[in-house]
Amino acid sequence: MMQEIPLTHILFVSTALFFIGMYGLFTRRNLITMLMSIELMLNSVNINFVAFNKYLFPDNLDGLFFTLFIITIAAAEAAVAIAIIINLYRSHQSIDVEDATEMKY
Amino acid sequence: MSNYFYILWIPLLPLATFVLLGLFGRKYLSGISGLIGTASLFTSTILSFIAAKQYFFVDGKVNGVFQKIVALKYTWLEFSPNVAIDIGMIVDPISVMMLVVVTSVSLMVHIFSLGYMKGEERFATYYAFLSLFTFSMLGLILSSNIFQVYMFWELVGVSSFLLISYYFNKPSAVAASKKAFIVTRFADLGFLIGILILGYYGGTMDIGLLIERFTSVSSAQYISITGASFLGASMLTWGLTLIFMGGAGKSAMFPLHIWLPDAMEGPTPVSALIHAATMVVAGVYLVARMFPVFSMDEIALNIVTYVGAASALFAAVIACTQTDIKRVLAYSTMSQIGYMMFALGISKNGGEQGLGYMASMFHLFTHAFFKSLLFLGAGAVIHKIHSNEMKDMGGLRKLMPITHIAFLIACLAIAGIPPFAGFFSKEEILTAAFHENKIIYCIALFTAALTSFYMFRLYFNIFWSMEASITAQDHNNHNLAANGNNSQDNHDHGEGTWTMKLPLIILATCAVGVGFIPFSQLVTADGKALATHIDWVFSIAPVVLSVLAILLAASFYKNQNDKSNKVATAFGGFYTAAYKKFYVDEVYLFITKKIIFPFIGQPIAWADKNIVDGFMQLLATTTAKIASLMKGLQSGKVQNYALYFFGGVVAISILLMYIWK
Repeated sequence: MMQEIPLTHILFVSTALFFIGMYGLFTRRNLITMLMSIELMLNSVNINFVAFNKYLFPDNLDGLFFTLFIITIAAAEAAVAIAIIINLYRSHQSIDVEDATEMKY
Repeated sequence: MSNYFYILWIPLLPLATFVLLGLFGRKYLSGISGLIGTASLFTSTILSFIAAKQYFFVDGKVNGVFQKIVALKYTWLEFSPNVAIDIGMIVDPISVMMLVVVTSVSLMVHIFSLGYMKGEERFATYYAFLSLFTFSMLGLILSSNIFQVYMFWELVGVSSFLLISYYFNKPSAVAASKKAFIVTRFADLGFLIGILILGYYGGTMDIGLLIERFTSVSSAQYISITGASFLGASMLTWGLTLIFMGGAGKSAMFPLHIWLPDAMEGPTPVSALIHAATMVVAGVYLVARMFPVFSMDEIALNIVTYVGAASALFAAVIACTQTDIKRVLAYSTMSQIGYMMFALGISKNGGEQGLGYMASMFHLFTHAFFKSLLFLGAGAVIHKIHSNEMKDMGGLRKLMPITHIAFLIACLAIAGIPPFAGFFSKEEILTAAFHENKIIYCIALFTAALTSFYMFRLYFNIFWSMEASITAQDHNNHNLAANGNNSQDNHDHGEGTWTMKLPLIILATCAVGVGFIPFSQLVTADGKALATHIDWVFSIAPVVLSVLAILLAASFYKNQNDKSNKVATAFGGFYTAAYKKFYVDEVYLFITKKIIFPFIGQPIAWADKNIVDGFMQLLATTTAKIASLMKGLQSGKVQNYALYFFGGVVAISILLMYIWK
């Protein structure tokens, strides 16, 4: 029997994932890439939910349900975001986030 | 008691005309606006005559006493169950009498204006304003609530303002209208405070209730208002005096009279309607309306008496020296209103001693007719001569026979020569004064003689004096001079159209006839008929004095001579002072320009500009500065926003983890 992986390792992975996503969100100019970065961050949250559920409250399933909901909503959100990006492309001929700065003062 | 609801139409018809002509007059109805105004007012006049007939001769009287009938009562503003402002219509002898006066004089002026104002560019506007004025005045008369009186009072002021400044491109007219408005507004401040005092202690604004409460010595309201005092006078005195201040402002009583002579800048028919016959008697009407309350307070009545008598004498002296015919008439109006005021002041409420009240109302009634006749006659003269100055006139009796006769009748009426209308009413006033107060009687008698003198000075100067040919020559020269500017003006328009002559004839008939109305049977302080008779022995003194004054005027002015100048020189400084209107205007100017403007006006203006405005400016500039500092945050870059968001999340996390554990 394999030795059980401690919780801290999993949290380490999810934290790494979160900050990779955040880095991507801040540095990338391409909207699609930014969207992908957000997905990474969502997934790191998912991992946290599942891990805490398993290690702290093994008798409950709440964390798993949250994860399922987040996956569903992420899918819907991706659809909406891509629709917005397509529209932005139609009006600006670009999906560079730097080109869409009309909403400033 | 039958239904008087239909009198609601009397003020509403002019209101409808005002709205119609005000909105569509100039564009669509310019040709017929005069006819519309006249027709609607004609209907109102008929209705008020019907109302007068019904009230005085059919069902106004119950057991020999004329009743106060509330024809309409509607709660308009209800602040709380105890404090409410009603809109109502009151039908009693004085309101019915005033209805007749206002509608008929206004009708005459409407008809006269058809000719006089013909060809004016703002003809429809003129009629709209006339209708507005008539509506406000009728509303004022019918008001059953003192607050309602105040609202119509202000409306009357506004329409007077609009009509004085009718020739708004003439700077003097604009200045006159502002003066009239500001002076009467200042008086109305007192009026408003007076209303509030009476309303506060009386617990109501309804005139009937106020009279009922303040005239019974044992009522709680009477005890509380006479018990409270301020600066040594009871609140009742204060309230009534302040209300009288409003009335004195509208009625041009000394020292608030300064606006009336200047108000003559308006078109002459307007002067006839507003500044002679109707609006200026609003103050008298107000005092009469509140008279039962006034009669409870000796001091307030004395103020009314002496202000009235002083104004009567003061204005008569000034009128003897003025040369602008409309100004002479304006001062004469002020003098006659002074008569009405002191007649009210010396009266008691009801009984034989209520003679002054009845005499005042009678004089108001007759004065309305002969004074509007004088003004319309003067209007006809001005229409022909194109000048207000006496020296430009003379010998007009052959050129304008109808105007001449009408003017003569009016002069005889105002001079109090029997059997013209003024004689009867003036006799009543003098009788009342004789019985109540000998000083006032002497002033009144002297003023009556002065009145005859200045009226006939006016008459002889206009219609005799020079030879007719000279005036005609002058007139032709004037036309030649005017020819370059206005070729329309070139023709000699004789005495004016029939629309200008008809009102003169009707009013002249009234000036002869209305004195025979048995007024004491109809309008008295308590509604009971009062037995009066003309005491011929008593009338000898005033009539003889008047005749002497007329003869004096004739010897001075009938033919051109320098007797009048010699007398003027003999009086010296007094004459100059009277000619300069006793420097009252200068005193006002001194007070306003030298005291109020630099010591009150400018500091307040400074405070307003620097402190009040400054505070607001500070708020605005601070907001703008903060905004311009912060606007850099709104870069429009999504990633910056995300960064701030995460920064915020981190900050809150740190706070929650380490500080607010």
